[in-house]
Amino acid sequence: MNIIYMLLAISVFVALIFFALFIYSVKRGQYDDTYTPSVRMLFEDELVKEGTSSKSETSKEKITNPKK
Amino acid sequence: MVNCFHCGDPCSDIEIKHEEKSFCCHGCKTVYDILHDNDLSYYYDLQKTPGISPREIAGKYDFLDNEVIVEKLLEFNDGNTQIVSFLIPSIHCSSCIWILENLNKLNPAVKTSQVNFPEKTVRITFTSEENSLKNLVILLSRIGYEPYISLDDSDKKEKNINRSLIYKLGVAGFAFGNVMFLSFPEYFEHSEFWLDQFKPFFRWLMFAFSLPVVFYSGSGYFTSAYKGLRSKILNIDIPIALGIAVLFIRSTLDIVMNWGSGFFDSLTGLVFFLLIGKFFQQKTYSYLSFERDYKSYFPIAVTKLFKNSEGKIVEEQAEVYTIKKGDRLLIRNNEILPVDAILIKGNALIDYSFVTGEAEPVSKQSGDKLFAGGKQQAGILEVEVLKAVAQSYLTQLWSNDVFSKDKTGIFESITDSISKRFTVAILSVAFISTIFWLVFDPSKAFNVFTSVLIVACPCAIALAAPFTLGNVLRIFGREKLYLKETSVIEQMAKVDTVVFDKTGTLTTNQKNLITYEGVALSNEEKQLLTSTLRASSHPLSRSLYTILDKNNIQTLDDFEEEVGKGISATFNDNSIKVGSYEFVGFYDEITSELKNRTTVHISTNQVYKGCYIFNSEYRKGVSEIFEQLGNDKEVVVLSGDNEGERERLETLLPKGTKLYFNQKPDDKLNFIKTLQQNGKQVLMIGDGLNDAGALKQSNVGFVISENTNVFSPACDGILDASQFKKIGDYLNFSKSSVKIIKWAFLLSLIYNLIGLSFAVTGHLRPVVAAILMPLSSISIVVFTTIATQYIGKKLRMDINKQS
Repeated sequence: MNIIYMLLAISVFVALIFFALFIYSVKRGQYDDTYTPSVRMLFEDELVKEGTSSKSETSKEKITNPKK
Repeated sequence: MVNCFHCGDPCSDIEIKHEEKSFCCHGCKTVYDILHDNDLSYYYDLQKTPGISPREIAGKYDFLDNEVIVEKLLEFNDGNTQIVSFLIPSIHCSSCIWILENLNKLNPAVKTSQVNFPEKTVRITFTSEENSLKNLVILLSRIGYEPYISLDDSDKKEKNINRSLIYKLGVAGFAFGNVMFLSFPEYFEHSEFWLDQFKPFFRWLMFAFSLPVVFYSGSGYFTSAYKGLRSKILNIDIPIALGIAVLFIRSTLDIVMNWGSGFFDSLTGLVFFLLIGKFFQQKTYSYLSFERDYKSYFPIAVTKLFKNSEGKIVEEQAEVYTIKKGDRLLIRNNEILPVDAILIKGNALIDYSFVTGEAEPVSKQSGDKLFAGGKQQAGILEVEVLKAVAQSYLTQLWSNDVFSKDKTGIFESITDSISKRFTVAILSVAFISTIFWLVFDPSKAFNVFTSVLIVACPCAIALAAPFTLGNVLRIFGREKLYLKETSVIEQMAKVDTVVFDKTGTLTTNQKNLITYEGVALSNEEKQLLTSTLRASSHPLSRSLYTILDKNNIQTLDDFEEEVGKGISATFNDNSIKVGSYEFVGFYDEITSELKNRTTVHISTNQVYKGCYIFNSEYRKGVSEIFEQLGNDKEVVVLSGDNEGERERLETLLPKGTKLYFNQKPDDKLNFIKTLQQNGKQVLMIGDGLNDAGALKQSNVGFVISENTNVFSPACDGILDASQFKKIGDYLNFSKSSVKIIKWAFLLSLIYNLIGLSFAVTGHLRPVVAAILMPLSSISIVVFTTIATQYIGKKLRMDINKQS
């Protein structure tokens, strides 16, 4: 039954990892703006769609150069 | 009527057809072209008519050539890579986000740009070798996203966002969850082999988890309690701090002495719930600023004129702070004068409405004194500085004591007022029961004493106000009254005197009510008048032009505009003069009453005809709102304007309304002060910088704003102008919300009594505390939420019924 010491140690350790990640993300400002990313997320897909519907030349450019 | 493809405004005057699309002006069309040429027309797919028509900016950003100013605006600069953040008030939809984050397609020098939509800011990283900050600003302005740069930006404040509450909440939540797990086994089993084996380990682990909760998460309550005690106020944090301390000490003793498992679960839960309450209360409207002073209204730079070594006069863009007495400045059309000055050259037509409350632009001759904050409305001026920015007539107002005081600490909150009695009651119960047990069973005395303090910890009371007011704050936000913080609601409930400013508050900023007085104009004269006005860019000419028939517009033979005075024109032997009475002449025919008002006089062929009178239009429902408020409150109008409108106001407002005119900013402040000294709780409603002192001094200061994006002075709340007539309902609403808090207090007192009955008899076991405490907190939260939603719905229905 002494295994419980190890189990507890592991569970607390895992909890601490998540806790540290939470603090880190707050510190990086991830919760400062909770709205814009939700809108921004939808743009990327649409961009490709727009690219294919417009001139083929530009669409190629966009596919070969997908960064931003 | 066709709507503009770019900005969605109706194309009333002109309609420009371009690529089968209609545009209301050339500005909109240009933006469309820019975006279209750069393959960015997805902008229009994302949202319909997302655009903003760009404004004329020629010369406006010349000050960005000045390196010192640029350096002040930049957030980061390593010579090549520069980062800058702009506030762009016109950000309003997802298209805006998209276009601003794709700026690199318009200008390759832009590396990245990131929009913060709630704050309406964009943060741009760019390479300065390829592009200057000035070009960047011009690019933004050209596509309709003109950044708002003011004197405020020059004092670079480190963006210090206080996230400590989130950390504290995180720590408390983390510890609470783990402690709950560890204390769970002992809730049910008392003596079981394995449990007995691990008990001490579990308990010390809980102790370890509770340490950061007490000493970090709960630290705010200890400091606040200490501060309260020092200033001899029994605030709500005192019993809370007492509760936390007793919980911790008792629990530690419990496990050291092996008396029991301690109350670590209740302790961490208590702090966690309390912090959630605090967090909930903190609803902020990040794009609104409630702290603005004249600095956000004034420009960051002005054009300075000086003689160079060769004796030639050159222009230079200088920082406003460097302007000294005796400097010569150049003020362009629509620029704000940042200092007190003497007019040297040019036609001054200064709009002081925002600064002094005078409704009409004033024309000034050279040699006249001009005050800081006025906006030039016609042509270019040359002025000599009399006083530097900080000493000007307007900015002096901010040296008044009210601006250095923090308003929140002054007024006692409802929670603090109840906690006074509560703390005394709890302490006496604790001592009496301890004495009782000392006499009858001394072994139980310590147990009872600590139990009373633990169970009486006013968690539920402390949560009642934050949750009620937090909800109410959100409801107000939905109804377009944006409050700075929750304590404002409590103050609103107490208001018994309402003071209104006139210009911009009771009146709208547009002057649409135009009446004609004098000899009727013949058709020919009317045509001549319309043709003349058409060419003028003066604001009064523009608004007069819009109401006249636009038939048979002729090309004039001769046309001359004297900026700020009037226009003279001739056509087919007929001459016309349109403008101020000084310009038109005929002093005898104009009554002095007319001179006080905004008028455009007309004479044709040297004969005086009459004048158009521009009446400032009062907001809809002014009379109703005064009647409603007049029922149980005193209502006052304080105006910085002259008495020209007295008669109209008297007919409009219920009898007995007090009207005061010619009130300077200081007068307004002192007026409010006097009211308060007479025991009044004052709500001030204003709009301009001239009200800033009064807004700050009053118990509650609201600013009326037609457009929440534009500048508004420091205040406790910003009210959208469309909601003006609902002020009375809002005040009543705040009253009902305070009633809810009182009911919640009653409810939590019942819980406290139940808990106390356990505690006084010495039966408080950890599991009872662990159930009672969250139960009371949660039921308070549920009660206040349901109750506020209910009265919120009622408010909605009342408002719908009216409109």
